[in-house]
Amino acid sequence: MNLDSMQEIVAAVRREGKPFWEIILETDMVNRGVSRGNSLEKMSRTWHTMKEASEVYTGDRRSLSGLSGGQGKQMRDYAASSAPIGGEFIAQVIAEALSMGESNACMRRIVAAPTAGACGVMPAVLVPLYWRENLSEDKMLEAMFTASGIGAVIAYRACISGAAGGCQAEIGSASAMAAGALVHLKGGKEEQICHAVAMALKNLMGLACDPVAGLVEVPCVKRNVIGAMNAVAAADMALAGIESRIPVDEVIDAMGEVGRRLPVELRETALGGLAATPTGRAVKERMAAGQKKQRTLTIKDARWKLEKQEAGQEG
Amino acid sequence: MIDVFDIMGPIMVGPSSSHTAGAVRIGRMARTLLGEEPVSAALHLHGSFAETGVGHGTDKALIAGLLGLSPDDMDIPSSFEIAADRGMKFSFDETDLRDAHPNSVKMEVVGASGHRLKMQASSTGGGRIRVDKLDGVYVSFSGDYHTLIVQHMDNQGNLANVTNALALARVNVANMSLHRSSKGGNVMMIIETDDPMPDAIVELIEKQPGILQVIHYRRES
Repeated sequence: MNLDSMQEIVAAVRREGKPFWEIILETDMVNRGVSRGNSLEKMSRTWHTMKEASEVYTGDRRSLSGLSGGQGKQMRDYAASSAPIGGEFIAQVIAEALSMGESNACMRRIVAAPTAGACGVMPAVLVPLYWRENLSEDKMLEAMFTASGIGAVIAYRACISGAAGGCQAEIGSASAMAAGALVHLKGGKEEQICHAVAMALKNLMGLACDPVAGLVEVPCVKRNVIGAMNAVAAADMALAGIESRIPVDEVIDAMGEVGRRLPVELRETALGGLAATPTGRAVKERMAAGQKKQRTLTIKDARWKLEKQEAGQEG
Repeated sequence: MIDVFDIMGPIMVGPSSSHTAGAVRIGRMARTLLGEEPVSAALHLHGSFAETGVGHGTDKALIAGLLGLSPDDMDIPSSFEIAADRGMKFSFDETDLRDAHPNSVKMEVVGASGHRLKMQASSTGGGRIRVDKLDGVYVSFSGDYHTLIVQHMDNQGNLANVTNALALARVNVANMSLHRSSKGGNVMMIIETDDPMPDAIVELIEKQPGILQVIHYRRES
């Protein structure tokens, strides 16, 4: 199975009488030439990495640029102490998305899903639901396979990188993957997964990739929040029986087309959008000035340690 | 065919699959090709690696890879300190490489027993890499396969000798290419295979006349 279209996966689901996630698992087994156990084990490691990344987040770290860090904790504290507008669950989703986006910016271990910049979307919806509904390990792996199959189709038909298709291709794809995973976790059928994916992608279509100073921080960290919130909305709509008027594969193709038509300034080049604002430019200049200084200092520091060590050995 | 674990993954230290995870893999590739512990490295950053490299930790990631760390190792941010502890010297500067991918680095690495390696490589997206130049010869391989890098003299018979050895190994060749710097110059044969090459076959190829050096790169899962 080539994972060329959502329609093809749905056809296989019906033909073989297997759930969506199982078709993806079996595709991975054939594709990589591995056993079922091997494929499940690798997905288990991936899920545990996501969950651990959330558990070890403290909010103490700051990114090399100083632009990111601490906001996930701020949101967690707010969620715990106040009455958030969207209720406790949505507040947790927001906090998780921020925490993971920040962890990525601060050089912590994350799971790129489908990209490092969009790494917060999947755990933002999966981790809070896992705790709230006391979901089983197996169920989470099923959701992960569901999401990765969706991502593979989007990567094949359109694109998943900001450089190729703008933020709609990164956060949009992550949001579609997360929406499909949520539908599975809530017992939705394959056609509901497709509608959730279609609606999630449609809602973020056209979103520009405009990272300040070219770094995966502003607005990327907070865009993970909208990707996750949108996934919750798309999944709930699909579970309510609401359908996308445009079939999912056509939506994916349209996203790819919009991506190709996006000017290069809005595709990760840091030449347009927020990156080109006066404040965005100022950050870039500050980074460029600091870069040389920081690099020289760090290497000098390393050399100093080295010389000290060599002197110690001789002595 | 898209690997679903390229979509749900890789597991990596942030912030960027191309500027961080890919950079670690480039460093690791250089370490493998060198075949020993590096003691010094001069790195020249090109394009986006030079422009946004520090903000993305590209410099730390490259050194981490040279030290043998994996793309998901939490020690990547402290790679400069680890290098100092292990006595590996390094330097960075910016360069402008002709016709290179925007995320490229050129490096000269020296190993503990004096082996030297000159490599230019690029991070092509999603943590994937490509080696573009090796010891002055333009090449192209990704490390997505088990790879045999055979350096030999520019005369006849070498290709036949190597392919005879491959037939004996019963290993399926995925891609194969031949590159040379100039007529009578340095030649590189790059053979990408689905399964790893048995050690005995690597040794057999090494002992063929005209073969100067054989490096076997085992794909990292």
